[in-house]
Amino acid sequence: MFDNTDLVKAVFGRLSLESLPLHEPILVGTFAVVATGGLALFAAITYFRLWLYLWREWFTTVDHKRIGIMYMVLGIVMLLRGFADALMMRMQQAMAFNGSDGFLPAHHYDQVFTAHGVIMIFFVAMPLVTGLMNYVVPLQIGARDVSFPFLNNFSFWMTTGGAILVMFSLFIGEFARTGWLAYPPLSNLAYSPDVGVDYYIWALQVAGVGTLLSGVNLICTIVKLRAPGMTLMRMPVFTWTSLCTNILIVASFPVLTAVLALLSLDRYVGTNFFTNDFGGSPMMYVNLIWIWGHPEVYILALPAFGIFSEVTSTFSGKRLFGYTSMVYATVVITILSYLVWLHHFFTMGSGASVNSFFGITTMIISIPTGAKMFNWLFTMYRGRVRFELPMMWTLAFMLTFVIGGMTGVLLAVPPADFVLHNSLFLVAHFHNVIIGAVVFGAFAGIAYWFPKAFGFRLDPFWGKLSFWFWVTGFYFAFMPLYVLGLMGVTRRLRVFDDPSLQIWFVIAGIGAFLILLGIGCFLVQIAVSVMRREELRDVTGDPWDARTLEWATSSPPPDYNFAFTPVVHDTDAWWDMKRRGYHRPLGGFKAIHMPSNTATGIILAGFSTAMAFGLIWYIWWLAAASFIGLLAVAIGHTFNYHRDFHIPADEVVRVERARTELLAAGVKP
Amino acid sequence: MTIATGNLQAGEPVFYLVDEHEHAEGSSTMLGFWIYLMSDCLIFAILFATYGVLGGNYAAGPAPKDLFDLSLVAVNTSMLLLSSITYGFAMLQMEQSRVGATQAWLAITGLFGLAFIGIELSEFAHMIHEGATPQRSAFLSSFFTLVGTHGLHVTFGLVWLVTLMTQVSRYGLTEANRRRLMCLSMFWHFLDVVWIGVFTFVYLMGMLR
Repeated sequence: MFDNTDLVKAVFGRLSLESLPLHEPILVGTFAVVATGGLALFAAITYFRLWLYLWREWFTTVDHKRIGIMYMVLGIVMLLRGFADALMMRMQQAMAFNGSDGFLPAHHYDQVFTAHGVIMIFFVAMPLVTGLMNYVVPLQIGARDVSFPFLNNFSFWMTTGGAILVMFSLFIGEFARTGWLAYPPLSNLAYSPDVGVDYYIWALQVAGVGTLLSGVNLICTIVKLRAPGMTLMRMPVFTWTSLCTNILIVASFPVLTAVLALLSLDRYVGTNFFTNDFGGSPMMYVNLIWIWGHPEVYILALPAFGIFSEVTSTFSGKRLFGYTSMVYATVVITILSYLVWLHHFFTMGSGASVNSFFGITTMIISIPTGAKMFNWLFTMYRGRVRFELPMMWTLAFMLTFVIGGMTGVLLAVPPADFVLHNSLFLVAHFHNVIIGAVVFGAFAGIAYWFPKAFGFRLDPFWGKLSFWFWVTGFYFAFMPLYVLGLMGVTRRLRVFDDPSLQIWFVIAGIGAFLILLGIGCFLVQIAVSVMRREELRDVTGDPWDARTLEWATSSPPPDYNFAFTPVVHDTDAWWDMKRRGYHRPLGGFKAIHMPSNTATGIILAGFSTAMAFGLIWYIWWLAAASFIGLLAVAIGHTFNYHRDFHIPADEVVRVERARTELLAAGVKP
Repeated sequence: MTIATGNLQAGEPVFYLVDEHEHAEGSSTMLGFWIYLMSDCLIFAILFATYGVLGGNYAAGPAPKDLFDLSLVAVNTSMLLLSSITYGFAMLQMEQSRVGATQAWLAITGLFGLAFIGIELSEFAHMIHEGATPQRSAFLSSFFTLVGTHGLHVTFGLVWLVTLMTQVSRYGLTEANRRRLMCLSMFWHFLDVVWIGVFTFVYLMGMLR
């Protein structure tokens, strides 16, 4: 006879009823809300019979445009989760004075700040940036799709798989309590014996595969699939920054994969890489993770710089000032981003010469970044600047990012860093640059390209409301943190002794609330725009009088993007076409060769996520079965040699004729 | 590629191609695979760096001199190097479109690969039996991880090899299969290069330490 507990252990690993956080009322409440919302969504999709449509047209799609939109949806959904964490932290810190413990127990608070960082970087900023690149780059270079459309779908679902694991950790077990980079020895088994760090590791490993493959994919796309005539120095700046970002992805994510694999060996096998004894070295982990971590900052920032370049040039009605210097600045930042990682831990004590080297390389980065800033300013100079929403975000970026950049240079000075290390000054600095560049950039990009993706503009009133709440909220939320940091307050504290600090935390809390209103207005903006879509409709495909190729096709673009592959003569290809009397072709259409949809991507990602879940909970049979499933499906997929089809010429004629009619109807009398 | 002007009037600039601008299927595959290999190379770079930093931390446990049997490693190295040569022969046969000979050389390559994995596993088993486990010291942790990751790659290459041999026997040396064989060839030679690093850096230099 078998022992009952052994059987339960074999089936469920360390998963048990105690893993459900039933004793934490906040989590139970959150679960109730999420479950109700989820059920309502599920019911609505079922009621409107949308499952089959979603499966066929979206989940299994290999169209880069749809995958791009799905990335954006993922990023926005996860923004709500990550921001809820931020709000809780701000409330906790504003309350926990004068003997009050606040409302979050330490166990929960530590998970909240870890989850906030992980979610915002990996599952908000990365999907938003990847989504925009996925949507825009193939259109900007005049391609029909990316180089590897199936991999693109797979990458998206792997990223989603990672996000799902993080969401699971909210209600099944717990998340890491280590801070967003999970430094050992705290993240080792001895000090974090529960599932939190394992959720962290496997969520990032699953999502990391997706990110790496999408990096390979976009590099190949940009290198191989540019329209004839588009030399490297005629590529739009957003495509350039995307190229550099994806090179950074390919050159840095393997480091993350390796270092997390070593950490998991420490935790699962008992090796001694990052332990305190048997020769292990925790500082090895810190070095390695920042060799990934610093380029990651630029992975997020560079595409934002590209968005601002496109927006500035379009809304100033001018060619971008200093295109060549912009390209070189981007490339220099790409290279330098590898030579600065140690500035994250000057206090490690590697000595004056090492710290000086990394301090100086860090300061040097401000030179190409400053050059970019001047290029944008000179683009606006003597331009006819139209203050539409994307341009407003760009201006807010310029002001905010300069402040963040200057505090960055302060932190780059090693002696100053010894004072400010791990203080709220640092927290204020990196929120200053990441919100200022990446979040503002994402909103600028969304407002700019939304009409391209959906055929109607976003409502400007709610957009401006969202903008003002976000920008003022940002300054209210983070300027007090600079003050607190200079006063010596360190990050990640849950309670405070000195009552004179409270006012600053209250101001920061008010800022967070303003940002909440900004996010709310953004969601309202989308809803209002969908309702008013007929008024906001754009039939021209070029609502902003823009300059690059994506505006040459209809909005939304047909599946095949361009009926005929464009030929490029100038950096601002579409501007050149408009100026020199381009006539849209009306006949002679041919069948177009396209990749076909496949469910393999979502199935593989499903197996990967299940395997990760099994590994987190020590449910070994689940991990093994999922691994076998993964291998079998992957190999089976290679036996399918027919992955493409032709859109018949009749269909192309029909789509293009519809556009011709629309264009004729849309011409103002 | 010809840029046909179609129905545009003479003298106007050409803004689009009338002929379908076809990117042959798999035209990006070689570049993509190269980029993937370089990312894999970075994983090995991190493992080498970790070995470089932690490889001297014996924690009063066994050192390379106590553990490594250079003659066994020499045999093992020759297995892998020979398998690279035979893979090269397979590719030469593929160029001649000889299915049978290609398959035969691929099979020989697989056997050499199997021998390599077998010898490596027996070496590991011997070390673990002597108490030199991955848990014993940071040196052994990084040694087993670096060499083991290479071994896992070779194992994966073997699974891939068998899959490809099945596909070649079923569908012949089609364009797609040739491309796949090229990718595996790059992968296989890449593992060879990594092994030369392991052999030099871990085994030979380890004996000098």
